[in-house]
Amino acid sequence: MGLQPYLLLSAVVFSIGLFGVMTRRNTIGILLGIELMMNAVNINLVAFSRYTAVVSGMIFTVFTICITVTEAALGLAIVILLFRVRRTVMADHLDLLKG
Amino acid sequence: MISNPANLALAAWLLPALSFLVLAIVFPLRRLGKPAAWFSTLCAAAAVVSAFLAWNIASAAPEPIRLVWPWLPSGGVTIADIGVLVDAQSSVMLCLVTLVSFLVQFYSLGYLHDEPAPSLGRYYAYQSLFAFSMIGLALSPNLLQLFMCWELVGLCSYLLIGYWYQRPSAARAAVKAFWITKSADVGFLIGIVMLWRLTGTFDFEQLRMMAMSGAIPVAGLSIITFAIYMGAMGKSAQFPFHVWLPDAMEGPTPVSALIHAATMVTAGVYLLVRTDWLFALTPNVLAIVAWIGAFTALLAAVLACVQDDIKRVLAYSTVSQLGYMMTAIGAGVAAAGFLHLLTHGLFKALLFLGAGAVIHAVGSNDLPRMGGLARRMPQTALLFIVGTLSLAGIPLFGGFLSKEEILGAVWTGGLPGPFALLMLVAFLTAFYMFRVVFLAFFGTAAAVAVTVPAHVAHGGVGRVVSDPAATPPRVAHAHLHNEAVVEGAHVNEVPHAHEPPATMLLPLWVLALMTMAVGVYTTIGGAATAGFFVGGEHVAANAEQAVPPEWLTYAAVGAAFAGILLAGLTYQTRTINASRLAAAFGPIRSAALRKFWIDDVFEAIYGFVLLGLARIVGWVDRYIVDGVLNLLSDWTVQAGDELRGIQTGKPQDYVYGVATGVLVLVLLMRLVF
Repeated sequence: MGLQPYLLLSAVVFSIGLFGVMTRRNTIGILLGIELMMNAVNINLVAFSRYTAVVSGMIFTVFTICITVTEAALGLAIVILLFRVRRTVMADHLDLLKG
Repeated sequence: MISNPANLALAAWLLPALSFLVLAIVFPLRRLGKPAAWFSTLCAAAAVVSAFLAWNIASAAPEPIRLVWPWLPSGGVTIADIGVLVDAQSSVMLCLVTLVSFLVQFYSLGYLHDEPAPSLGRYYAYQSLFAFSMIGLALSPNLLQLFMCWELVGLCSYLLIGYWYQRPSAARAAVKAFWITKSADVGFLIGIVMLWRLTGTFDFEQLRMMAMSGAIPVAGLSIITFAIYMGAMGKSAQFPFHVWLPDAMEGPTPVSALIHAATMVTAGVYLLVRTDWLFALTPNVLAIVAWIGAFTALLAAVLACVQDDIKRVLAYSTVSQLGYMMTAIGAGVAAAGFLHLLTHGLFKALLFLGAGAVIHAVGSNDLPRMGGLARRMPQTALLFIVGTLSLAGIPLFGGFLSKEEILGAVWTGGLPGPFALLMLVAFLTAFYMFRVVFLAFFGTAAAVAVTVPAHVAHGGVGRVVSDPAATPPRVAHAHLHNEAVVEGAHVNEVPHAHEPPATMLLPLWVLALMTMAVGVYTTIGGAATAGFFVGGEHVAANAEQAVPPEWLTYAAVGAAFAGILLAGLTYQTRTINASRLAAAFGPIRSAALRKFWIDDVFEAIYGFVLLGLARIVGWVDRYIVDGVLNLLSDWTVQAGDELRGIQTGKPQDYVYGVATGVLVLVLLMRLVF
């Protein structure tokens, strides 16, 4: 198989993630969308690593996964704290920065 | 060291500066009042000693002695020096300034003994600053230092006129004096700068060399000399800038004696004396100087005849005598004007300090409230009369020779018009001064209240009211009347009047004796003795000129005696009815009471032109400048209001923005590159 199907898959996963981030009202849903976008990036990295036979892409992917995990943990912690303070996790209710 | 007059003059200059700095910086000393006063007075005394030593050496020195430091260096060239230039003129001026300054400070110890301590310290700080500035002006080696000191003395004048700043009239008078002299100084500054453009130097000696050798181009010089003369007009109260000087009498009387009679107001005359070689190149400007001087002398003399305030009489007399000096300079004999400056400085300080003693005793400036004071304060009366005779130009008194010299100079200078005016002024001077003497020291104070029935007094036909000068306001009059009733036996003399304390009498005696000494010396020695005071070279220059005719002396003295006789007949023996005399000069008198509307003209200029301009500028600022800025800020605020809707605060809207932005960028990359 060539490179193109992986890139296509990656683009589709990224788009689904972006769609989720933009449309979900629930903050946890948004976090899930972000995870999808991250994974699309990982697919890209691995695909190009295989295609160009440069190992650094693979190593970089391991790092990305680690960071994604911590980011998810942090994000969930924030959501829980948010729920405790504001009694809601709906994104459209969280508009303190409104001008 | 000690034999160098420049060092001595420098010491005389810096001693008052030391006194000022100490009083200004060491504020606990200043707040103590009396110690500050004594410190300042002692510095002034040391300056007098130093000044007289300097004069003693410098008057014999053939060449002017310079002690200067470079100031204002510019590209390797020094534009102006700072320091002292000691010659016959400046050293004798130095003596006059330090002497009168010291005597006035000493006198003020008695005159201002009731002042609160902090303001007394302030007074002496100003006095020291004035002495420093005036000495710097007299000793200045160039026009730039002279101008700087010129402005400093103007500042001191302002501060001391407004010394009793709680009084609105004093504050107004201070501002008036400052504005009018400053507006004239603009001309002076322009003149100095133009002269520098023309010659490339400010230095008196260099300028004099250039003028003597004809290196200064005469074309366009008239404008420069006239501009410099304008500054002198403001300082020396020449028409039409004389209006500030009578108002300046709001200051304490010793200040009037020092600044507004003996020293600062003569700075304009001194400036013209210092630069007479420059003015000699422009005879047309000299003619203007002479005519304005003579006119000012007459105008002020007429005004002095109708004043009721003893200090205002003296103020107008100062203006009149300054006119005399200016006329002499205009006639081309600056030495005569300078001699009169010196003698006038002595006897006018004497007169003012005498008037201060009278005011101190009576508690009022009003001539009709005085009278019979010669019995109460014989010493003051005697000394005041010495000053008056000097001012009238009676032989053996201080002003005789200097007045003769001026009249002679104007006559031989081919100026019959100003000469006639000055002869008239000589008559008027004797008249108004002896009017003061007879009203204040002889006769009776409240005669009107005793001798005139109440209904007549209130009808305005009584002695005081019908006096050509007297226009006592109704309130003051009623007060006099009441006082007469209450005081009973004391009505014919001012109650409680007494000789001033020794601190005030001593300066009076010193000045009177010096006036007499100068008078006797010059009267006996004749014109040749003038060189003793104004430097030998000037006398040599004068000798070439035509000798004034013999009858001139008799005419001048005759005019003075006629004035004294008229005053005596009117105010002492009352042979001439004062009201009839007043009626004979009705229109002039009523015009003089309104100060010939000159103050009104100035007020109108101020009210309509200046305030009108200020209103227009204010309108432009308020509505156009502010309007543009307000419009811009309004627009900004409005745009912000409109744009704030974009900031929804919802995170997903921002993600939309980012995603759309990236999309647009990608599309742009595709389409453009």
